[in-house]
Amino acid sequence: MKYLDEYRNETIARGLVAELARRATRPWVLMEICGGQTHTLMRYGIDEMLPPGIELVHGPGCPVCVTSLETIDKAIEIASIPGVTFISYGDMLRVPGSHTDLFHVKAQGADIRIVYSPTEALKFARANPNRNVVFFAVGFETTAPANAMAVWQAKREGLTNFSMLASHVLVPPAIRALLGSPRNRVQGFIGPGHVCTVMGYHEYEELVREFHVPIVVGGFEPLDLLQAILMLVSQLEERRAEVENQYVRSVTYEGNLVAQRVLTEVFESCDRKWRGIGAIPQSGLSFRAEYAQFDADRLFGTEELTADEPAECISAEVLQGLKKPTDCAAFGTRCNPQKPLGAPMVSSEGACAAYYRYRRHTVGSH
Amino acid sequence: MCLAIPGKIINSQISNGVRIGRVQFGGITRETCLDFVPEAIVGDYVIVHVGFAISRVDREEAERSYAVLESLGLLKDELASDLEGSELSE
Repeated sequence: MKYLDEYRNETIARGLVAELARRATRPWVLMEICGGQTHTLMRYGIDEMLPPGIELVHGPGCPVCVTSLETIDKAIEIASIPGVTFISYGDMLRVPGSHTDLFHVKAQGADIRIVYSPTEALKFARANPNRNVVFFAVGFETTAPANAMAVWQAKREGLTNFSMLASHVLVPPAIRALLGSPRNRVQGFIGPGHVCTVMGYHEYEELVREFHVPIVVGGFEPLDLLQAILMLVSQLEERRAEVENQYVRSVTYEGNLVAQRVLTEVFESCDRKWRGIGAIPQSGLSFRAEYAQFDADRLFGTEELTADEPAECISAEVLQGLKKPTDCAAFGTRCNPQKPLGAPMVSSEGACAAYYRYRRHTVGSH
Repeated sequence: MCLAIPGKIINSQISNGVRIGRVQFGGITRETCLDFVPEAIVGDYVIVHVGFAISRVDREEAERSYAVLESLGLLKDELASDLEGSELSE
């Protein structure tokens, strides 16, 4: 497939690794933000290919993983109401809530459906005016414009049976929170390629200026990540700290202005609680007043719901790059994709799921 | 989710006031909203996320940057294998 296969070329990959070995004169700790990037690194064994001093820690860029426990509980409560058709991306179904998960609630008869696009949820609402359709809108800035578009269309068409339980999170405030933590070891970031496709990368300039940490916006294929790592190491070796763009075939400085306009038409920034990390100011998106009638949290009165985290799951530390999934006592045994204790084991972008799929054999060898 | 992949626009039309296109990803074709990429035309490649095209692949940029990748990757590999293949030492 064009623009995909050629970025998996093994010869070029090995060449990039050799160049990296040549340029790195000392150890460096890097973080990739996106769960999709984590999965590529694990799947192609890139983390094991890197010269010994280069360490990759995995960031919180898995929207499923960072959706707060309260939000999962709210989803379960709403989905259990008769007359509601609860529509979600597949990943969210197995994320553990306080007592159960959407998958089990579905098995007990709740009308829960899986889609790959908010457009499908909208189509269902149009075709089924007698059903109270609620879409579970989880994601970063990449997904927010699509969700905003669905709501904008619903308003234009005067749909009264469509709403969203929205839990969007923003990347730059999360990077700020990580860099501000006294336990931070990360010296350079691989920026989120698809978030930046939408938002551009100008927002990262103030982070780089303030913390003097380089950020290279990276794509998702092996050569993208290796090149981004090479660009980061080059900056670090030269004592530079700038925002650079590796993913030029998709990302521009300003980003996608049309998508941004739709996003800001429907949403505004708000404080948001990230599962594992805690509350980060201005790190989420909420509905603007003109679109409040589409806010399922308000419509179903779930705004005051609170929840407490289970004890054994160390996802908080995994999401901040402080521990690896294989450091967890429950990894692969009491916690696995079929019976997860926490979200990172469930999501297709979760670090624990990536390790379970590609790195299980290393458990017990460290 | 940030999972998005490149596909080729096969056709496009307006439906419910929104520009929709059939986009081809290898052997699969999917209906995709093209409203965020008004400049993209049939034959262009777009990056698609949850059924929405979020960018048009810049062909010239892609070619230029791939040439850089090749020069970084292939030359080093040739050099490395030249050195390994040599029977001479010191």
